[in-house]
Order: sequence, then C-alpha cells, then structure tokens
Amino acid sequence: MKDSHAPARPAAPPTHSIGVRTPLIDGVEKVTGAARYTADLPVGPTLVGAIGRSPVAHARIRSIDASAALAIPGVRAVITGEDFSAPYGVIPITQNEWPLARGRVRYRGEPVFAVAAEDQASAFAALAAVRVDYEELPAYFTAEAARAADAVQLHDKKPGNLERVVEQDFGDVDAGFAAADLVVEKRFESAEIYHGQIELNATIAQWDPVQRRLTVQSVTQVPYYLHLTLAQTLGLDESQVRVIKPYVGGGFGHRVEPLNFEMATAALARAAGGTVKMELSREEVFLTHRGRPHAFVDLKIGLTAKGEITALQAEVVQRGGAYGGYGLVTILYAGALLHALYKVGAVRYRGFRVYTNLPPCGAMRGHGAVSVRFAIEALLDEAAAKLGIDAFALRRANLIEAPYRTLNDLQVNSYGLPQCLDAVERASGWHERRGKLPKGVGLGLACSHYVSGSAKPVHWTGEPHAVVNLKLDFDGSITLLTGASDIGQGSSTLMAQVAAEVLLLPMDRIRVISADSMLTPKDNGSYSSRVSFMVGNATLRAAESLKRLLVEAAAKRLNVTPEQIEWLGERCVVTGSDQGLGFADCVQAALAEGGTITVKGAWSTPPETQGGKFRGAAVGSTAGFSYAAQVVQVRVDEDTGSVQVEKIWVAQDCGKALNPLALEGQIQGAVIMGMGEGLQEETEYHEGLPLRTNLIDYRLPTIAETPTIEVALIESNDPLGPFGAKEGSEGALHGCPPAIANAIADALGLRLAAIPLTPDRVLDALRARQRERKLAALRREKEVA
Amino acid sequence: MPMRLLKLKVNGRVRQIAAAHSALLLDVLRDTLNLTGSKQGCDGGECGACTVLVDGQPRLACITLAATVEGQAIETVEGQVRGGEMSRLQQAFHEKLGTQCGICTPGMIMAAEGLLRRVPNPSEQEIRDALAGNLCRCTGYTKIIEAVQAAAAEVAQ
Repeated sequence: MKDSHAPARPAAPPTHSIGVRTPLIDGVEKVTGAARYTADLPVGPTLVGAIGRSPVAHARIRSIDASAALAIPGVRAVITGEDFSAPYGVIPITQNEWPLARGRVRYRGEPVFAVAAEDQASAFAALAAVRVDYEELPAYFTAEAARAADAVQLHDKKPGNLERVVEQDFGDVDAGFAAADLVVEKRFESAEIYHGQIELNATIAQWDPVQRRLTVQSVTQVPYYLHLTLAQTLGLDESQVRVIKPYVGGGFGHRVEPLNFEMATAALARAAGGTVKMELSREEVFLTHRGRPHAFVDLKIGLTAKGEITALQAEVVQRGGAYGGYGLVTILYAGALLHALYKVGAVRYRGFRVYTNLPPCGAMRGHGAVSVRFAIEALLDEAAAKLGIDAFALRRANLIEAPYRTLNDLQVNSYGLPQCLDAVERASGWHERRGKLPKGVGLGLACSHYVSGSAKPVHWTGEPHAVVNLKLDFDGSITLLTGASDIGQGSSTLMAQVAAEVLLLPMDRIRVISADSMLTPKDNGSYSSRVSFMVGNATLRAAESLKRLLVEAAAKRLNVTPEQIEWLGERCVVTGSDQGLGFADCVQAALAEGGTITVKGAWSTPPETQGGKFRGAAVGSTAGFSYAAQVVQVRVDEDTGSVQVEKIWVAQDCGKALNPLALEGQIQGAVIMGMGEGLQEETEYHEGLPLRTNLIDYRLPTIAETPTIEVALIESNDPLGPFGAKEGSEGALHGCPPAIANAIADALGLRLAAIPLTPDRVLDALRARQRERKLAALRREKEVA
Repeated sequence: MPMRLLKLKVNGRVRQIAAAHSALLLDVLRDTLNLTGSKQGCDGGECGACTVLVDGQPRLACITLAATVEGQAIETVEGQVRGGEMSRLQQAFHEKLGTQCGICTPGMIMAAEGLLRRVPNPSEQEIRDALAGNLCRCTGYTKIIEAVQAAAAEVAQ
C-alpha cells in the first residue's frame, strides 16, 4: 500500500507507519504511572471480596455453614457454588467447572465459598468463620496414579481419568520406519510451568440492583468469553452484562479463559447489591494456575542417511489438573504441531490428557507445542550427531516449499525457515566457532513454529473472525473501535499503524478504544497469536472502506470521478491538475452526505486454512504459520552444574515486520520465557500442596542471568496476512529449551532429556557419567587381569 | 486499629494523613493518596514493582512501614514528570520499548533512577545489578537495558 508518488509530492505525508519502529501509543501512560490497571481503578464505595479455598485435594463437600460468618459485623454476603446457575469451561463441550466448588472439591486451593465485607479485616474474619465439612477421597498427583484401574473418577464418564485420548495416523508410519537408515527413540519430560505475569489478578464487579445490570472490569485477555461466561454462570441475559478490560499487566495465557474469581466477584456483587473488588494474592494467582502441563513425550524418529525424516511417532501424556479448561485443545495442539515445521514422511500421534487432583492447567504461550518441540529438536540434534551431519544441514534436509499442505491438512502459505536458518547460522558464527569454544561452552540450534491465530474459534458462530469499526467525526480524528485486548503486546498500537498506513494519515489522528462490550465490536480475544493477523486484516479493510468514502466525497465536491482522485492523506488531488482538497475539507464533504461516519471492516480465515475433516482437525489450523530458528550459547560450570546462557541469536519469519520495535520486544520476551522453562522454572507439589507460590521460589528469569538476545526479522510476505504479516509473539519460544539442551550436549557431550535443566539435573548427569566411566575402566582392568 | 497522624513528603509535597501503625507505604500511596503508579505484584518484596525512592534510595514500598519514612523525601513514578516533561528514563523506556504491559515499569524506572543518581554512566553489569530485584515477564530485559543506557547517555551529554 505504499504511495509510489510520495517522493514527487512534498505535500504528501511521509509514507508511512508500517515497517516503522513505533513506540506504544499507550506507552506514555505506562511510563508515567497514569495507566490504570484493574486494581488501580477508582470505583467509589467498594466492598472487599475474598475467596475461601479447599484445604484438601479431593473430597465431597458434606455441608457449608456460613451462619457465624454472616453474624460478623461488616460482612455483607457469603456465597457458595449453589449461588450459580450453571457450570462453565472455555471449551463448550467440556464445561465441568463451577466458579465455586459444588458438591465436591478436586484440588487443594479450589475456591469453595466467597465473602464480601466492608473491609479486609472483616472479610478475612468471615473466611475463618465459615465451616465446611469435607469427606475426603483418594487424590492423585501424577498422571500415572490417576490412570490406575482402581482410581476414583474425578469426573463422571471419564474412566481412567482420561479427559481426552487422541489417536492420529498420517501416512504409512511403519513403512517410514522400515525405510529409515537410523531410528532414534527417547522419553522426554517437561515440568509444569506457570505464566508469571507480574500483575496480580483482580476484578471489580458492579451490580445495579434496581436496573439489574452487571458491569465487570477485570484482568482478562478474553472479555468476550468472560461476558458469555458471566451471563451463563449467573443466569443473566447477555444484554444485562458489560465487560471492560482496563490496562492489563500481561497474560501469557493465564487469562485466556474466564477464571473462577471473576465469576465469584460478580456473584458477590449481586448478592451484596453493590460493588465488590477482589484482589488475589500471588499465592492465589498460583492456585488459579492454568499454566503448561507436566508432560512425558515418548518420541521415535526415523531418518535416512541424508537426514530426511521418514517417520515420526510421539506419545504424549499431559497431567492436566482437576478440570477441563483448554485441556483438549492442548493435547490436540501437541499432535497437530508435529507437522508444518518440517516435511515429515509419516506421523503417528497418541495423546492422553489426564485429570489429576492439582490446580487446572490451561493455555500458556506456545500452547500445546513446547514439550513436543523440545523433544523433537533435541532428538534431531542427537540424530544429526549419529549420522555425522551438521545440525543446520539436517534441518535443511527437511524443508517445506510453500504453498504446502501437510499430512494433517494444515495449509502453509509462506515459509521463511530457510532464511531464519541462514540468519542465525551467520550471526552466531556457527561453523567458525563450533568445536573451538573453551571447555564447558557450547552452541545449540533449534527451530520452531506457531500459528497466527486458530483458524476456527472456540465458539464457532459463523461470524467473521474479527470486526473493527472506525468512526470519523467533525474534528477530523478517527476513533478505532476494537474488541481486541491489548495486554501489553501492543495490539492497539498495531491497529493504529495499519489504519494510518491505509489512510496515509499521521498516527496521532487515530485513537483506539478497545475491549468494552458496550462500545466496541465483539472480539474473540488475545490468544493463539490471532490479533495481528485477524484484527489487523479487519482494520485494513475498515480503513480501506473509510478511504473509499472520503475519496468519493472529495470527488463529488470537486466534480470529478473517484478514479481521478489521488489520495495523499492530509490532502487529495485531482490527478493531472492543481485542484485538490485538504483533509478537513474532505471530512466536511463526507460528513455533509450523512453526518458522522462509522465504517466496518471484517475478516475471516479462508476455508482452506481451517484444517481437515477428521476429529480434532480444527486445532493447529491457521491462516499463517510463523517460523523461527535460534542458536543459544551456554557455559556450564561442571563443579556446580549451573548453566549460564551467554547469548541467543534468534531469527523469526514474521511475514512482514509491521512494527519492528514491538516485534523485537515480543520475540525477546518469548525467547526468555523459553529460557526460564528450559533452565529454572517448575511448579512443585507435596500431596497436592503447591510449594512454590511466590516469585522467589518460583524462579522467573531476572535481568541478572538473562543474556542479550539478538533478533533478526525475516519477511516472507504471507499472501493472507495484513501487508504480509504473521504472528510475532509465540513462535520463537518453543525453540529455546531444546537449543539450550543441544548447547549443553555440545559443551559436555551429555544429552539431557528433562526440563528444567537445573544444576541438580546437570550435576546428576555429570556424576552418573563419571561413575559409568569408572565402572567401565574397572571392567576393562578385570578383563585385562 | 490504632491510628496515628503521619506527615509524608511525597513528590515534593507534604501530605498529612491518618494511618494505622502497621500501614505499609505502598497501601498509603495507592489507597490513601491515590498514587496508583506504584504497583503490587507479589505478597511482599519479591518482584520490585512497588519500588520508590526514599531520600534517593530505591526502597520496596510493599515492605516498608509508612511510619518509618516520615520526614524523608519519597518519590514515586508520578513525580518524575516535571513541567510537562517526562524524565529521561521515562522518555527512554517509552521510545526504546523498555515497557510492554507496563506493570513492572514504574518500579523499574524508579530503581533505574536511583542507579543513575548514584552512577550517572553505569556499565551494563551495573545496570543488571541495580535492577536484579525487579522482575519483568514481558521484555526479556534486553530493551530495558537499552533504555537505561540511552537515558544515561543523555545525562552524560
């Protein structure tokens, strides 16, 4: 959409906002402290909400007695599961969770009742005064224990506590292994991890008892799903509800489904007939969880002598926690994204999603694919070594040529992985430096990919995937109305850039109002990296539509045809003449036709990108895959087992870099989240009691151990993306854990198959090798003797 | 709950308030003085989002009793805008994208402000040391270091 005439016409504004390093349009508010997050909002007289949680991991609730709590002065409401009309769950077919447990608790820390009181002291006194009588049941804290034949079922009709079993076979897997020159096989393990967004969970719910209206402001990434779920669980009509997303301090998937405390706050507000503010502690945020599940991945890969993958077989067991959440999507993603990164001869996938008596897992950045990508990239590295092929050469032996249809019917329209590989190979000095590094220092490579939005939304209604409205009014400013949730990733900035680019107007003419169900069009939310692609495309179309109206009005005013008008943003001219109109006059001309202008842009994924026809085929389908490659340099201390990541070079095929500054930030953030997962992050439980519910024991990466991350942006110009763009927030995460493991293998010659790669794990492996070597030496001595 | 009158000097202005003996500085700033720029991200002293300056030194407002800083100069992120101009750190965090979701940003900026007052031209290692108690989950820190370096370079000029 670049204006090719711009250089010849000094009157035209500079072209323009796409591809320009653009600070956030809400950045000034953030750096000055003016940005108001949920907990910061002024809402007038407010009651304090608090949640009473289960002290046991699995039990029937015999009774709840709130009479003593209600007798405490200042206590205004106590509610339980009985105060809700229906259960919920983000996936329509697995709605098995109540906002407050009803009849049964399934994990330690599960919300059982909630109180609203005039101040915090009375709220806490009320929590202590509610009497709950539990009848304990056997509890299961590993997938294996929960799957035992005699295990009590957590949910009805789920024998073996299997939430979902996936069996998928594509191509002739056995023939593929038979044709292989090398077959490698290994069990990998990855720990349960947690999003760790720095903003604590908070919700403010306002109930108007006279007009029976509910307004909820919350920390959500999915205001629309929250809206639906509030109406469903509280038994309200959707038109009685308004959901507003204020500034949100990160999400990473924690807030990608409606969460129990949000519904509890709303129900408290209704019960107390006023406004309730609920702020969770960090410990409670950990209990709310929804992070990445612990997983075992049994992986087998067959390769030819040249390194081509003839067959791949993966069995994945995910410890899902107590409720459905996004679980079935997670287990399907793990299978779907075995495809579409490389050409693979045949694929067999077996997935088992298991209910356990632990806080429910959910979607986390890189959803579903991180554990399997760790396994694949680590095992490929091992295979390359066995075949005597360089790690880059092995990847290059398996590249796709776009357009390409995978075995499981995913559509790849653009594929910049070859350029990503070239970029990090060059930047890291791979060939010059590898094998010549000091003792304990190593380099590792891994690749990854991710979707630019799920091609089929969770709630399939047939509506467009994204809708954006633009309002143009007398003052010449354009208000962009979008339901898209900016959670820090910069989506509002991106939409303003897209609109400014099409209209050739300066960014400051565009103002964004986002995520208020009373004002903005519905949007499915910020998940699966859908916003740049889908909402970007809708914005592009809305801006084109507005531009058409302005051009037509200008043409009419100037008595020429619209085709004669050349649009230059702040003014337009009649081609080949000195006639023209300034922007203000164009606006006036357009408004004279019918007043304030509102236009709409909508976008949907084309049917051919929505996946195949088999069960579960929608998961993994997308209109555009991003691709990434990264090289990690580690230094391992062989005395302590500690691994320091010294440098990361990463390249991501983002289609087109709409905002290179923001993209670099997204990619750096994703990579470091992957580093945390690879090296140090892990939730831990003792008999269902979480042991690391603070930010000291749960080790998020700090600035002290985080290396510099060098980013290269690769532009493959996707045919469907807005201006060719694809996602930039998730695809680089998956590669970091395996790149670290591969770098450790390079440094030590040790192949570790479980993350996080903590000092204990590394030291154990080093000691085991030492013992092995000593024993081997002893055996040799004996043989000689 | 026993209350007392406190005279707090916040962003150059003396504010007299009534607060419980046990009142934490962060709660007083946020709830009583409506200065919500300082954030709470943890259950106490883990994340650094509440960092403010007390007599020029970075302090965690969430584990500081308000009564213990009476008479001392307290500075929050809101006080960094002077005469309609953002501080050099605010400007740099904005322009270099040292902020994404923004929740750690006020604490990050105040910790960095404390550093630049002590060490106007810090090395990368000094920046890392000074900000090691401030967690950010969005940026991967690279752009935070670049922002502090850019602000320091501006001071040096």
